[in-house]
Amino acid sequence: MSAGEGINVIQHDAILETREAFGETTLIADPARIVHLCRHLKAEEKFVRLSAVTAVDWHPAEPRFEVIYHLHSIENNRRLRLKCRLPENDAVIDSVYEVWRGADWYEREVFDMFGIRFRNHPNLVRILMPIDWDGHPLRKDYPVHGHKYDYSQESHG
Amino acid sequence: MAKILDEDPVATLPAPAVEPENPAAPRLMTLNMGPQHPSTHGVLRIMLELEGEIIRKAVPDIGFLHTGIEKECEQKNWQQAVTLTDRVDYLANLSNNLVYALAVEKLLQLEIPERAQWMRVMLAELSRLNSHLVWLGTHALDIGAMSVFFYCFREREDILRIFEIFSGQRMMTSYIRIGGLALEPPRGWDKRVGAFIRAFPSKVDEYENLLNANPIWKIRTQNVGFISLEDMLALGVTGPMIRAAGLQWDIRKSEPYSSYEKFDFEVPCYAENDVYARYRVRLGEMRQSTRIITQALEGMPPGDWRADAPHVTLPDREKMKTQMEALIYHFKIVTEGFRVPAGEVYQCVESPRGEIGYYIVSDGTSKPYRVHMRTPSFGNLQALGIMLKDTLIADSIASLGSMDFVLGDTDR
Repeated sequence: MSAGEGINVIQHDAILETREAFGETTLIADPARIVHLCRHLKAEEKFVRLSAVTAVDWHPAEPRFEVIYHLHSIENNRRLRLKCRLPENDAVIDSVYEVWRGADWYEREVFDMFGIRFRNHPNLVRILMPIDWDGHPLRKDYPVHGHKYDYSQESHG
Repeated sequence: MAKILDEDPVATLPAPAVEPENPAAPRLMTLNMGPQHPSTHGVLRIMLELEGEIIRKAVPDIGFLHTGIEKECEQKNWQQAVTLTDRVDYLANLSNNLVYALAVEKLLQLEIPERAQWMRVMLAELSRLNSHLVWLGTHALDIGAMSVFFYCFREREDILRIFEIFSGQRMMTSYIRIGGLALEPPRGWDKRVGAFIRAFPSKVDEYENLLNANPIWKIRTQNVGFISLEDMLALGVTGPMIRAAGLQWDIRKSEPYSSYEKFDFEVPCYAENDVYARYRVRLGEMRQSTRIITQALEGMPPGDWRADAPHVTLPDREKMKTQMEALIYHFKIVTEGFRVPAGEVYQCVESPRGEIGYYIVSDGTSKPYRVHMRTPSFGNLQALGIMLKDTLIADSIASLGSMDFVLGDTDR
């Protein structure tokens, strides 16, 4: 019923772990070799579409961030989730822009919302928040109602 | 007279260097389109670099409508977050309600009664009609065909009234909830939907009579707004855009959800890959949606409109007043919500605009840990720069209208 049943298991030396849950496959990958793995998945496993890139913040746990790639193969009618874990003090990963150009805006969004940096991204600037914004709103230590403005600090001269 | 001219101080100044350094280089003008431009259908800014009337570069600037919906979802309990999904894509609320409910139900491993599933299909298709009608009306208005707008909004009004009798709301319906529907379908709903859907095919004929062979419409839309299928797939474009480029991919067919596999419908597909083909695809989808709704009306299975899961769905008022257990469940669901087992799911549906995919992470508490919305408008809009490159500025309105994006859906 769900996409991807009865299809071979993906083998690659950058895959650290494979999980199956709710009929969905999740590969946990080595962040240092993500571009290599993605190139392989696109060329050999026909994952032509990058559906989305996103992240999850597990603050205060370590490694704090998970970068998540949702891939889709129209030809094989199959979906795949890739997951890379990144520590807080080194939240940098290679951009997959050269594999799927569609990663451009998604990686900018992850950078904007989580402060994860993408190496070799052509234009890594904020996309949803204003350019001069401080902080990354979807981090768990970012307040929901913003930083409270202190009126008592205003001068009334 | 000549003497005065000779003494003119301006005439004695050295000629300014007007020639650019490279005389062969084109002179570009930067034009800011939006964020308050009527044809951008929301607050979208596009920076255009023009050489004469030709767009050499187009850079969309988004984020003006960012309202932090994903962050807010993390503060609401599972059922409350449904109301936020309405506000993502405000023209296809029920598709957004549906994808969120399906994702959470997958985590809960909840079985939804067939009647509720069929009801959801019917409402999602009405929602598609609603969205396509708004698209057709405003798109034709942009191109200069004003009367189509009034025709489309006449039918849209009927659909909004149907939503109102179901949910009490015209736009922010929140009618599809985790575990089923929000309320029991109102008495006489089938007559209202039936009357509308019987009349609707003749209305689609009217739109087609107005536009299909209209020479101005054809000149403005045919061979305009081309973007290659490879570019679209690489950039994450989905939905009618892809199907107007000859790829017959529809999530309702490839990964059926909510009993779509039980409905008989076709996926309209054209190969021309221009604005006109996208128009034909959407009109074809309106006719197919009509078929689906008719089948749902005729074959609506009996049964309950929500799952038999007292820990998730609210009890009947009558039971709540007479049974202790129902009262306890009611109190618990209303005060703290229900817990969802830890895990992560990705669920996608075919919205009027393309693939909506919700990636939901639960940490086992009564609030979502993370909700990521992969919205079709965001992916589609990413291709705008390539689509507008080297086209005429006058065509840009038709091209970007044919994408059918909603800025609330883009910025979330």
